[in-house]
Amino acid sequence: MTQLLDKPLELKAPPSPAQRTAHRRALLEWIAIHSFGVAAALFFTLPFVFVFLTSLMSDSQALSRDLIPHTWEWGNYAEVFDTPGFLTWWKNTLVYAGLGTVLTVVSSIPVAYALAKFRFRGRNLALMLVISMMMLPPQVIVIPMYLFWAKQLDLSGTLWPLIIPMAFGDAFSIFLLRQFLTTIPDEYVDAARVDGCGDLRTLLRVVLPMAKPGVAAVALFQFFYAWNDYFGPQIYASENPGAWTLSYGLESFKGAHHTDWNLTMAATVLVMAPVILVFFFAQKAFVEGVTLTGVKG
Amino acid sequence: MSTLTLRAKHRRSALRTLAFLSPWLIGFSVFFAYPLISTVYFSFMRYDGFKPPAWVGTKNWAYVVEHYPLFWPALRNTLWLVVVMVTLRVAFGLGVGLLITRIKTATGVFRTLFYLPYLAPPVAATMAFAFLLNPGTGPVDSLLDRAGLPTPGWFNDPTWSKPALTLLALWGIGDLMVIFMAALLDVPKEQYEAAELDGASPWQRFRYVTLPNISPIVMFAVVTGVIQTMQYYTQPLIAGKVASGVIQGAGTQFEPGYPDRSTLTLPQLVYNLGFQRFDYGSACVVALVLFALSMAFTALLMRRRGGLIQAGER
Repeated sequence: MTQLLDKPLELKAPPSPAQRTAHRRALLEWIAIHSFGVAAALFFTLPFVFVFLTSLMSDSQALSRDLIPHTWEWGNYAEVFDTPGFLTWWKNTLVYAGLGTVLTVVSSIPVAYALAKFRFRGRNLALMLVISMMMLPPQVIVIPMYLFWAKQLDLSGTLWPLIIPMAFGDAFSIFLLRQFLTTIPDEYVDAARVDGCGDLRTLLRVVLPMAKPGVAAVALFQFFYAWNDYFGPQIYASENPGAWTLSYGLESFKGAHHTDWNLTMAATVLVMAPVILVFFFAQKAFVEGVTLTGVKG
Repeated sequence: MSTLTLRAKHRRSALRTLAFLSPWLIGFSVFFAYPLISTVYFSFMRYDGFKPPAWVGTKNWAYVVEHYPLFWPALRNTLWLVVVMVTLRVAFGLGVGLLITRIKTATGVFRTLFYLPYLAPPVAATMAFAFLLNPGTGPVDSLLDRAGLPTPGWFNDPTWSKPALTLLALWGIGDLMVIFMAALLDVPKEQYEAAELDGASPWQRFRYVTLPNISPIVMFAVVTGVIQTMQYYTQPLIAGKVASGVIQGAGTQFEPGYPDRSTLTLPQLVYNLGFQRFDYGSACVVALVLFALSMAFTALLMRRRGGLIQAGER
């Protein structure tokens, strides 16, 4: 009845002056908000645009005040790839980020699971220690760590001092995964146990399939962390260009081509592009991860 | 159940917990506890990596606080960044978050565009900004010049280098935007409706409905922002290096904090003392100052919001 009554009545009623001003105000508000939106979008995207355009200029034009290339020098990218070392930096970065991510995920999952689902004495203390580790600037412990890796294990000049620790759990990944796992109801775990599943099987067969988004977010964060890391490679790899990563090499690239902004910007684009591509493929997991880092509650 | 089986069960469950925690227990001991204790130990030693460490008492501490010329500038810069950069980042993040929740057309496109800069690797983003803000010929100064505005020296001018870094930090606001967006969408709709019925203006609605609801998140953003500022390393370092045009590895030693120590931060001092001057003892002193500051704010974070622990538990 109400449905029948509501619609025709609304259609028939002529718009009152009050309704019309409300309408106009809504329209003005829409315009205002979207103008702000476009202005903000320009602020966020123009740097990318300028960098990309400059990467296609000739070296003399890149030093001028021009914003648009006269000739489109796609060869700049080929020249960057031909720079001695550039492909090695790519390879090293992939090894550091790829291997590091796998090790981190594998070693962090059981720890996060125990912190989320097991009851034991000292659980809160352990969690607080994980958070403290997460907040620890890497520079605080770098002196003893460097002496340990370089003087005792003779591993400086390689990326192993950065990769090996990832096999022993990463505080941020543990924390984030633990946050995710606590959202999975205990009943699933209990039911699996009643069915005679061992702890490891419960984790692998029951919990992990439900935790895929959390695992994906952790993997992404860790991959990006390694990809972006500058301090780590600076400490351990700087002495050996054969072990440099992209983030570290990019800065030296600028040093070697210090007036060639076009080449430097082409190299910059090549360091940014993979991260942005990965993001487009995994956008949802990533944004979910950012929200999980401590917002709810 | 007999006590024997109960005890066996207990032991099994303790073993199980230990087994699951074992990767982290090793990681915690070898990569956290040991180096931390060792840092304290070295802060009382003279050690250059070659001659055996020698006990010097509090000499390193006195040196860093009284004579090391970079210590106080770095602390002052950190204070500047905490006051200006963190405040602006939280305000801007909240603003962009508010904006994105009110955009009704092509929301997804706007959100992605706003978020992308956060993903740009710090070295690459800083290089990009060093180019964009290149004094005189960079795109930003070109545009300012065409508009008849003054053209600052940005990363090459001690008064403009920190504002330039702040600009870079505001560009990468994506993390805060997403966090504020989630918080804003969580504010109960009924409260807005009630406020509107009472005739509250948009500002009043923001002040009395939005802010009280999201204040824990604002607090979270401020404290994590402060902690991140303590660790601020890559961006100021790269900005200084690129602006000063130093060629890396060519034997030239980069004077940290270019221009005029204005981009120095505490983590850079650890590098400078430890890996350029080979004064590991003094480097450990700065490391401990950094540690104390970070942990103080982390404690604040955990106390103010048991939320960090309870997060996701509802």
